Amino acid sequence: MSAHVIESKPLVVEHKEEQENYLTAGYTLKSWFLTLDHKRIAILYLLSVTTMFFVGGIFASLMRLELMTPQSDLFEPDNFNKLFTMHGIVMVFFFIIPAVPGVLGNFLLPLMIGAKDVAFPRLNLLSWYVYIVGAAFTMFTIVSGGVDTGWTFYTPYSTSSSQTHVVPVVLGLFITGFSSILTGLNFMVTIHRMRAPGLSWFRLPLMVWSIYATSIIQILGTPVIAVTLMMAALEKVLRIGIFDPNLGGDPVLFQHLFWFYSHPAVYIMIVPGMGVINEVVTCFSRRSIFGYRAIAFANVGFVVFSFVVWGHHMIVAGQSVYSALIFSILSYLVGIFSAIKVFNWTATMYKGSISFDTPMLYVFGFQGLFLIGGLTGLFLAALGFDVHVHDTYFVVAHFHYVMVGGLVMAFLAGIHFWWPKMFGKKYPESIAKFAMILVFAGFNLTFFPQFILGYLGMPRRYASYPDEFQVLNVMSTAGGSVLGLGFLLIAAYMVWSLVFGKKAGMNPWKATGLEWEHTTSPPPTENFYETPIVNEDPYNYANRDFTKDFNKEVKLGA
Amino acid sequence: MSDDHSKHHIVQPTTYATILGALLLFTVLTYYVAFIDLGVLSNFVAMGIAVTKGSLVVLFFMHIFYSTRLLWVVVAGSFGWLGLMLVLTLGDYITRHWDIQHRIFF
Ligand code: HEM
Ligand SMILES: [Cu+2]
Repeated sequence: MSAHVIESKPLVVEHKEEQENYLTAGYTLKSWFLTLDHKRIAILYLLSVTTMFFVGGIFASLMRLELMTPQSDLFEPDNFNKLFTMHGIVMVFFFIIPAVPGVLGNFLLPLMIGAKDVAFPRLNLLSWYVYIVGAAFTMFTIVSGGVDTGWTFYTPYSTSSSQTHVVPVVLGLFITGFSSILTGLNFMVTIHRMRAPGLSWFRLPLMVWSIYATSIIQILGTPVIAVTLMMAALEKVLRIGIFDPNLGGDPVLFQHLFWFYSHPAVYIMIVPGMGVINEVVTCFSRRSIFGYRAIAFANVGFVVFSFVVWGHHMIVAGQSVYSALIFSILSYLVGIFSAIKVFNWTATMYKGSISFDTPMLYVFGFQGLFLIGGLTGLFLAALGFDVHVHDTYFVVAHFHYVMVGGLVMAFLAGIHFWWPKMFGKKYPESIAKFAMILVFAGFNLTFFPQFILGYLGMPRRYASYPDEFQVLNVMSTAGGSVLGLGFLLIAAYMVWSLVFGKKAGMNPWKATGLEWEHTTSPPPTENFYETPIVNEDPYNYANRDFTKDFNKEVKLGA
Repeated sequence: MSDDHSKHHIVQPTTYATILGALLLFTVLTYYVAFIDLGVLSNFVAMGIAVTKGSLVVLFFMHIFYSTRLLWVVVAGSFGWLGLMLVLTLGDYITRHWDIQHRIFF
């Protein structure tokens, strides 16, 4: 068993409230927009990704409204095409990919490893500005006419036929990609070089392993999509002949290159969310994580295997049957790493002393929904089954179960878990639980019918459909309304809590970890009053005395 | 972790000259080999020479030969990863018409 951390003399902090923290360090606009503090940059990301989430949500609501009836009555088919394209682009590139790394990663990484900031604070701020420039570019072209290719920009439609603003949007995404690459680079260097004394690799919280794995994927994958999208733009403008068969190109090559990034990108989305789950599930089970090393190495597994399964998106796209076979087998292998994690979290809860606070409810939501999402992914990776359901609502349901049921649940778990640390305030617990139930119920009502619709053969990306599909579509739209209300409620009480919330204290959940046990809520600009020294494994709940008041002490390193 | 920032290796100009000479030599070699009909092998020979040249550039001009092991892993990993992309993409193209066409390389 590892040594007690409590051997050092606890420092009783009495007037911490009056002490300056990163939020009170400056009130001017300049102190926010030119800040180099990773915690303030995290707040900037929180505001921007939340805005994008609601913009994407408006597009989604409009789509669901259109799909209430079998005819295309609310929108012309052309406009419907633009709606789902904009929904996809905004949600994928401007919400889901930057959400957890940008907000929670930025806020927590230095705190979790006992550092004052990330390795390159200026680069960190630059990443946010690059994101904003890319977003502004994309939003502007969307407003001035839009795009209708789908978020996947498949050739030859995007390069030869589409009359919409493909080139400017693609440029916007090209720019945004650099934000992702630079953040990944920054985090990797930070993890390598800035860990507190005693914090060896296997003492890192698993969230840090997740961020590390995500960063590698971002660095290796993003340049490929950037270049691929540029090639599509150049093809459209200069007619070079990379993807256009009339000019000697091959449209399937675009799909290869696009999915070479975009499948790993789904792990850029989910892996940091899985990192959050590790931290929350241990805290509310009062147990050390089950199978630390297995989970840590599963992250490495994701990095390697996520790059060799992309062909499962192209099973019916004209790729060779031999390739399809190989990609199908490899896709089954990547499921192993998800399974390792899900089983280990379940084992962590087993015989734990579980409490049902809001973050933990989101973990339960994640476990169940990600399970359905992941398993239907395996259905889709089976060649015979995919031939039937490719490009139907079955696929739409699959990826919403992993992305909303998985990542958004994990993101909300993390936001609720660390909210007291970020702002020093508590949110109203019973309203939060109620909102969680709204989100969970609304989500299932929205997307479960889509599995059935897809299985029955309703294709995705159409504004109209045969009459017999109406009942399930109305269910889905009804669920969407509940889901939307849930999200609005969360936004409302979170903002409310900033002003009226009770003071949280430094460690309201009695959690382990440097960010909880070694600094105040909110933390000071330099994060710690003294550099922490780590002499135990993470999640050492067995060694904590829960009868003590965790909010009165700052334990300084030995 | 090793911190080798303090002991930067200083590369002698003669090393650079030697590598440059080798690169030029290989270029000439590429030119002459192109005129010899090696059948299926000619692709492999040409690519072999190109890879050797590339490795020399990475190792010496980019200083990887003198760098930490971590950097070796990064370089090897990056090329391995590029290899994944090429192998799995070309794997599709090469096997598309295997049932009707029996040549493996074009
Ligand atoms: C066990 C792991 C998974 C497997 C085996 C898997 C498999 C698949 C397959 C075969 C498809 C293509 C279906 C088709 O178009 O016919 C697909 C689509 C998709 N998956 Fe997954 N998936 C997995 C996990 C995930 C995760 C974790 C995410 C995101 C967080 C995700 C996001 C997506 C998206 C966005 C699409 C649709 C892309 C599009 O065509 O617009 N998947 N998945
Ligand atoms: Cu995929």
